[in-house]
Formats: sequence, structure tokens, C-alpha cells
Amino acid sequence: MTLLVLVVMTALAFDFTNGFHDTGNAMATSIATRALKPKAAVTLSAVLNLVGAFLSLAVAATIAKGIVDANVITLEVVLAGLVGGIVWNLLTWLFGIPSSSSHALVGGMVGAVLVHVGTSGVIWSGVVSKVVLPALIAPTLAIVVAAVGTWVVARLTRNVPAEVQDRTFRWGQIGSASLVSLAHGTNDAQKSMGIILLALIAGGQASADSGVPFWVIIACASFMAAGTYIGGWRVIRTLGKGLVEIDSRQGLAAETSSAAVIFMSSFFGYSLSTTHVATGSVLGSGVGMPGAQVRWGVAKKMFLAWIVTLPAAGAVGAICYGLQHWISGTAGSVVVFALLIATSVWVFVHSRRAPVNSKNVNDEWDAPEVPSVSPAPVTAVPAGSVPAGSVPAGSVPAGSVSVPAFVPASELYEVRG
Amino acid sequence: MIEWEALGSVLVAGLILGAGLPALFALGVKMITPVTADGVSYVSPVRRLLGYLCFAICILAVVLGVVFLAHGGHS
Repeated sequence: MTLLVLVVMTALAFDFTNGFHDTGNAMATSIATRALKPKAAVTLSAVLNLVGAFLSLAVAATIAKGIVDANVITLEVVLAGLVGGIVWNLLTWLFGIPSSSSHALVGGMVGAVLVHVGTSGVIWSGVVSKVVLPALIAPTLAIVVAAVGTWVVARLTRNVPAEVQDRTFRWGQIGSASLVSLAHGTNDAQKSMGIILLALIAGGQASADSGVPFWVIIACASFMAAGTYIGGWRVIRTLGKGLVEIDSRQGLAAETSSAAVIFMSSFFGYSLSTTHVATGSVLGSGVGMPGAQVRWGVAKKMFLAWIVTLPAAGAVGAICYGLQHWISGTAGSVVVFALLIATSVWVFVHSRRAPVNSKNVNDEWDAPEVPSVSPAPVTAVPAGSVPAGSVPAGSVPAGSVSVPAFVPASELYEVRG
Repeated sequence: MIEWEALGSVLVAGLILGAGLPALFALGVKMITPVTADGVSYVSPVRRLLGYLCFAICILAVVLGVVFLAHGGHS
């Protein structure tokens, strides 16, 4: 019973991290282009996630279906897998890296299963076809779609005044971003519902053919909405400001591309990670916009994190399962849960060193360059000829900076194709 | 291993909707933006109508998207 309670609590915690890790997928672009105020954006996203969770209740009681052998999944495995997923979500959040929550969960499960029954418990072809390949395909598809969209939009609106562009496209952005948020709610909240339902069935608290209890729906929906509202500002900042400097037209094209690719991939039965699609779309909006710059260095760091997601979350899942098994019994699960809390606190304390919040989420990505100050003229002054502390007229005291250096050239203000 | 057929469908449909709808929206914006001729800027009724038509299709697409989600399309 204790184990069941722990699994349910951990599943809700995962749901929460999923919400705040993925807010940026839908809202980062709207925040960056100021289509919505930061707080308004996360509120809208939270409400839509909540609505989405109730909108469609096609919950399947499966975890990592086709990736790990369903017969070897025990509550201990689920707990270890969830902890693996949460820890990876928290670490990537700390570094502001958008990474797939569902891949993290799958990774944690795979790691736990490996320790539980060995390699026979993992369906490796499923790992390749459902995790590895989609992680390569999703961003590629999204880059292409968003780049084409952005290019066409830029071409059509090149004679439209900037303020008209912003006024109109910001509305469009809100519409397309809302769809992505709603899709996230219908899809990801149900994953947690499925996990809890499975745990309840395994723990004998629900019959195998029962539907999702109402309290589970309420709990999952509200935990995800709460996470979304807290807002993963670090991830939002990377997506909205770090990869590409986007304007409202790019924002609309990127978010519509995300929505279209996500919807179409599920329509054609090809499940792709929302995070990978959203990130690809933002990159594509930079590729397609004439004159825009993409910070490929930031993107490279992200791609690396995506490759590492499965093994890293898997390692945490494996360690957690090993620890549970070694201590054995309820005590083992309690220790793992305590470690999860300790890790979360550690990550939180670290995040406070350089906090990102609704106030500074839109700050310039590159710290403003320190203008070079010409060294104060050093003239050989005979000692005693000038009273100490007096400054010769006309000379600039060291450390002060001439004002024009701070004002960027006008063409740097707005680069619009 | 890669389901090329499904992938191709996603790409084509993604391009039609994901790039087409923003293009339509942009066309709408272009249509309702006043054009300046002989020092007077105005929007002709035909252009305005076409612009609103573009926006209407975009709104319809969003509504259809919500319907798609409500029917459990995304899972």
C-alpha cells in the first residue's frame, strides 16, 4: 500500500515536471514576440492544459508500450522509471534545455527493466523505432515545414509595415499556440493517468477493466496545469530567445508548423515528441527567415541532450531500481522517494543562483558587450604639479563610457526580410 | 524500420497545413493592409473581403483542430 501511494505521488510529480518543462513548446514564441505577457501566456497555457485533460479521455493503461515487455513491469519498476524521468526533466530544466518528457520516462523505465530482468525485458527494435528515430525525424520535419512557412509569410508580408505585422500576427500566434497547449493537455496528462491507473490495477485497488477514477483525472489535470502555470522559464527562454531572435511572423509560422506536424503525425499513426517538433519549428523559423540568425551552438547542445536523454534517464532509473532491490521492501521505495526529494531540492537551490522568471525571460540572450574603453591618457605629469583628485578638463575619466557606444545602429534594431 | 509512407504523408500534410495556413494568414494581412496610391492609402472592399475570408479559413482550421483533439485524434 505504501508503495502504491509512493507511485501515485511520483506519477503526479512527473506530471507536474512535464507541465512546467513543456510550457515553452506552446508559449515560448508568444512570450518572446510579446504577443502575450509572460504571466498571461503561462496562465492561458495552464487553463488549456486543464481543459485538454478533460477534452479527450482515451486513456490507455500502458507505459512504454512496445518498448519494454509489459509482463515484467512491477510497481518498483514504475517508481524507478518515474524517478529517472523526473530527475532528467529537472536537470535539463536547470540547464534550460528543452527535452522530451516522454523520452525521459521511457528511458527511466528501460533502465529499471534492465536491472530487473536484464536485456530480455527490453524490446530493442521498439527503442529504435519509437524513440531513437523519431528523435531524429521530428525536428527535421518541423524545420522543413516551419522554414517553408516562414519564407512564404516573409515574402507575402515584406511590404506590410512592421506595426501592422505585429498587431495582426500576434493574434494568429495566440491561436496557434493555444492549439499546441490544448494538444499537450489531451496527450500528456493522459500518460500520467494511464500510469496511475496501471498502478491501481497492479495494487489491487481497481479492477483490470475499470476506467480511470474521477479523482485521478482531476489530480493529473490539476498537477499538470499547476506545473504549466509555474512556467519553466528557463526552457521558455532558450526556445524563445536562445535559438533564434523571432518576430511575430516567425512565431506564427513556427507554432502553426508545430501544431500541424503534431496533429498530422498522430493522424497518420506516427507519434512524435511535442518538444522535438516545437524546437524544430523554432529553428525552421530562423532558417526560413531571410537575414535571421540561428544560434546553432545552442541547438547543438540541445541535440546532444536529446541523444543522452535515454541513457541518462535510464541510468537514474537503473540506480533507483537497484537501490530498491538492494534495500528491499517498502524501505527501499521510501529511500528512493526521499532521494528524489533531495535531488529536487538540490536542483531548486542551484536554480536560484541564476533565476529566470517572468521578469527577465525576455532579456537579451547575449550579454551586452562591454564597450572597450580607451585607456585614460597617461601623461607624464610632474609630481606635485596637479593637485591630487583633480581631473584635467576635457579628459574622460577611466570607466565612463561614451554614450553612442550603447546605441546600436538602426539597422540592427529590426531585421525584417 | 522507418515507415516512409507514414512519414511522407506527415510531411505533405504538415506542409499543406503548417506552411499553408500561415501563408493564408499572411495573405489576409496583406489584403487588409492599406495600399498607397497617388498619396492616398485605402483598402478596396474586394481586398478587405478577401482578407477576412483568409482569416475565416484560419479560424475554421483552429476549430477543426479542437474537434480533432476532442475526438481523441491525438494520442
